[in-house]
Amino acid sequence: MMHAMAIPPFEHFYEQNRVEVLRLLRRRLGTDRAEDAFQETFLRALKAYRRLEHGEHLRAWVLTIAQNVALDALRRSKPSAELVESGAEDSRPAYEDLADLTDGLPPKERAAVVLRYGYDLSYDQIATALGSSPNAARQAASTGVRRLRRSASS
Amino acid sequence: MTVSHDLDHRFREAAFALDLVDAGFDVVDSPIGPLFVAATMRGLAAISFDPDPDDRLERLARIAGPCVLRSPKTADPARRELDEYFAGRRRIFEVALDLRALPPFTVSVLHQLALVPYGETTTYGALAAAVGRPRAARAVGTVMNRNRIPIVLPCHRVVGSSGDLVGYAGGLDRKISLLELEGRAVDARRPAPITRATDNPRPRH
Repeated sequence: MMHAMAIPPFEHFYEQNRVEVLRLLRRRLGTDRAEDAFQETFLRALKAYRRLEHGEHLRAWVLTIAQNVALDALRRSKPSAELVESGAEDSRPAYEDLADLTDGLPPKERAAVVLRYGYDLSYDQIATALGSSPNAARQAASTGVRRLRRSASS
Repeated sequence: MTVSHDLDHRFREAAFALDLVDAGFDVVDSPIGPLFVAATMRGLAAISFDPDPDDRLERLARIAGPCVLRSPKTADPARRELDEYFAGRRRIFEVALDLRALPPFTVSVLHQLALVPYGETTTYGALAAAVGRPRAARAVGTVMNRNRIPIVLPCHRVVGSSGDLVGYAGGLDRKISLLELEGRAVDARRPAPITRATDNPRPRH
């Protein structure tokens, strides 16, 4: 039987992922704004870290948190119409496995579907990544799946 | 591309300021080599003579929780007292200790150990007797060997019944250095004089 991967001490998780997180945030937000977003990303991850159920897909998880922190930062500074597009366009790194399937979904639904069904994360973890409640995460995943079914059958 | 020292530092400070961390750690310089020092909200949780063993953070996480993060500030209270101790200006440690998850026997032995005065030695058997288990000298030896907070909990002050140094998790050289720092003349090849257990140590065969 395979054992779920143990959750590493946060220091190891942070050391392994911080460069990639900063790189992603700089690409999305520019060098200056990336710094606040970097701190916000790892603080969100740290807040949720004790509730993790296993240590798998932590890279995908933290990159998704970073995506959403960047999205929030952009939302505060840009009109909302541009937002959806820039979100959909840049969310590739974390979900590339399911990219083809979920390409048409809005960013939050796409993230919820991929994290739930692609990476087997709990709704608590997905909620942290999306900066929403577990219920909202569940909702986003189920709406996303319904949307995928509709588009598959049409 | 790297994460700048400043950015890294700010994240670590914020994590501790927001009380999101289970345990913090840092490496503290000392005359007997760099020490890995870890503390939780409850107090000092670990000191290790090997500043970089592979599984040190995993072991700390098992005691305290997974949110383990390096932070010089967490180690500061212990660092201050260790600096004073190594400078010969401190004889009694006052930092709070986190002895969570230890069995009751271990905790009572460690409490007795903490009472062994600076510059004096006792024996495994005397400690066993002090916790009401006079025949448990060997078990006391195991507790000393696994002592998570050496120096502060002074297992270096515990020697064999004939005065020999027996052993030390950090190596006998360090045990000798600590006893010498506390004003004991120690010859590793010959039994150390015992000040507490008996005035008349038996010679070794």
